[in-house]
Amino acid sequence: MGKMTSEEIKEIIYKYIKDEFLEDTEEEIDYDTPLISGGYVDSFSMVSLLVFLERRFQIKIPPSKATPEAFDSVNKIFDLLIQFIQITN
Amino acid sequence: MSQIGSYGQRIKSFYWSHIEDELGYKQGGVINIGWYCSDRICDQGNSGKIALHYEDFKGNVREFTFNDLRLAGNTIGRFLQNLGIKHEDRICLFMDRIPELYFSFLGILKAGAVVQPLFSAFEYESLYVRLENAQTRAIITQSKHLHKIRKIRDRLPFLEFIIVVDDLKSKKPEEREITFSLQEAEPVNNFDIFPAKAESPSVLHYTSGTTGQPKGVKHVHYSLISQYITAKWVLDLREDDIYWCTADPGWVTGTSYGIIGPWSLGITQCVLDSGFSAEKWYSFIARNRITVWYSAPTAIRALMKAGDEIIRNYDLSCFRHLASVGEPLNREAVLWSERVFGKPFHDTFWQTETGSIMISNYPGMKIKAGSMGKPFPGIVSKLLDKNTFEPLEEPGKVGLIAFRPGWPAMMRTYWDNEKKYQEKFVNGWYISGDKAYVDSEGYFWFIGRDDDVINTGGHLVSPFEVESALLEHPAVAESAVVAKPDEVNMEVVKAFITLKPGLTANQELELEIMNFVRKKLSSIAMPQEIAFMDQLPKTRSGKIMRRLLRAREWGEDTGDLSTLEND
Repeated sequence: MGKMTSEEIKEIIYKYIKDEFLEDTEEEIDYDTPLISGGYVDSFSMVSLLVFLERRFQIKIPPSKATPEAFDSVNKIFDLLIQFIQITN
Repeated sequence: MSQIGSYGQRIKSFYWSHIEDELGYKQGGVINIGWYCSDRICDQGNSGKIALHYEDFKGNVREFTFNDLRLAGNTIGRFLQNLGIKHEDRICLFMDRIPELYFSFLGILKAGAVVQPLFSAFEYESLYVRLENAQTRAIITQSKHLHKIRKIRDRLPFLEFIIVVDDLKSKKPEEREITFSLQEAEPVNNFDIFPAKAESPSVLHYTSGTTGQPKGVKHVHYSLISQYITAKWVLDLREDDIYWCTADPGWVTGTSYGIIGPWSLGITQCVLDSGFSAEKWYSFIARNRITVWYSAPTAIRALMKAGDEIIRNYDLSCFRHLASVGEPLNREAVLWSERVFGKPFHDTFWQTETGSIMISNYPGMKIKAGSMGKPFPGIVSKLLDKNTFEPLEEPGKVGLIAFRPGWPAMMRTYWDNEKKYQEKFVNGWYISGDKAYVDSEGYFWFIGRDDDVINTGGHLVSPFEVESALLEHPAVAESAVVAKPDEVNMEVVKAFITLKPGLTANQELELEIMNFVRKKLSSIAMPQEIAFMDQLPKTRSGKIMRRLLRAREWGEDTGDLSTLEND
């Protein structure tokens, strides 16, 4: 996997959430929308989101880091991911 | 002094009729839960008392008095009657934890109809089987969940009304859809509340079994007697308490102890319509000065995982009593809460079918950390031998938890499935399906379920339902679903599948199958792990040996494998 920009990474996360969790709805989210506390993604669904992130970015996120707080928005997920992947400016 | 006082004394002098007297109910008289939870509290001079403190995930706050509750229930009841809703019609509540959910619950009961609460995270297929089984006549929902109903409404000809309680936004009302806004409706002050009798049906909750589709557990208005007194004695609710039950009313705890118990006692309760976050929860407790908290082991373990450090940021000295339900509460969680909150969580045990708390640790009684506690006064409970169904008297022997029928909140039948209901009784005992042992002091200790039902985060998931959903995925040839141990949720769903010829397992397919189940059933039912197998273990007669797969997951003895065809 080549290096990506911050914006590209956020867009991948955003698009996946929009397609998989907000399919068929008119709900609009942005990069700061609370996903877990807002009820868009619950702790059970978080597992599939985790599988997606690990597969897409070819990383392994330890269970101690995969917390509801760390998954609560696109920006927070991005902050988590950059601990494991390299990005270009 | 706690509300229950001496447990030993209560056991000796307990009669359900005393509770009836306390509530002013006379046998053969009228007993409508909707009235007891609002009008009666107003009649007692508490019409201005806060009944509901509600916060959404953005921090917006709304408060409602018992008089607001009374008026809202009347207004919704009248609206339903004007639609032609009749006594015993099933009305589904399919909403997030918004105030309208709580008001509609009371309104439906006041109109004499039956409330069918369903968890709003259910996806269309889970919703369909439950609406189809109950022949539900109306559903009350939010615009955000409308797309799920639109997907299935053509298969539900008896669903006459789809009532949306918020803005349809850009959506145009389609066939059978109507909007209802409580803010815009004229409040109804005087309403002829349906004169429900003890055996009038009230609530229909759905629960999962090992085989077959989910079952509708029918409760009646008389359940109030049990729910009122257990809320008072087990949760120790008092007039000046601020109470928080974290359960969603889509599940039985959220109605028995998130609506009926506290409001029939005139208690102020708080509702947080937000997903789990340790910071949000602690902040909510501290800001609202919650005194009594009824939560679940999964949430408690998630809070433990979040660490002790965060707790120091909040003043949680408001706690007076803590209780837990949903799965067995492990010893570590009890000791942790005692250390960090200065109060132990009191474990409680009951089921959708029992309608109210059956076995519990009581305020003032010695807690044995990790124990379920002792039977509630008026409840006769024994452990039965698994083969003979005879009571086991010897301490330490593992048996089936059984109850002598007759407590007020006991289910009256499984909806449209009297045969399955009758199968729950043997030798005059209600068989709970859970196993335990009793120690020499009479404390019950949970061992596990006696069937393959998966208890994940306090929610029961039927392996059959998930296996059936998996088989609908075009790549799946065979499936077996079992519980896998999990640190936070106690158990999670694990699926074993074989693929159709020519297909190869990979991570992408695993994710696709996980999401397939989630979108069809619910996130709770989604396998958290999928194991791709060349073949599933089967008996010589071709039956998949789920038992073997489960035993391997739990590191248990796999038992008799003489009938195994392959491995």
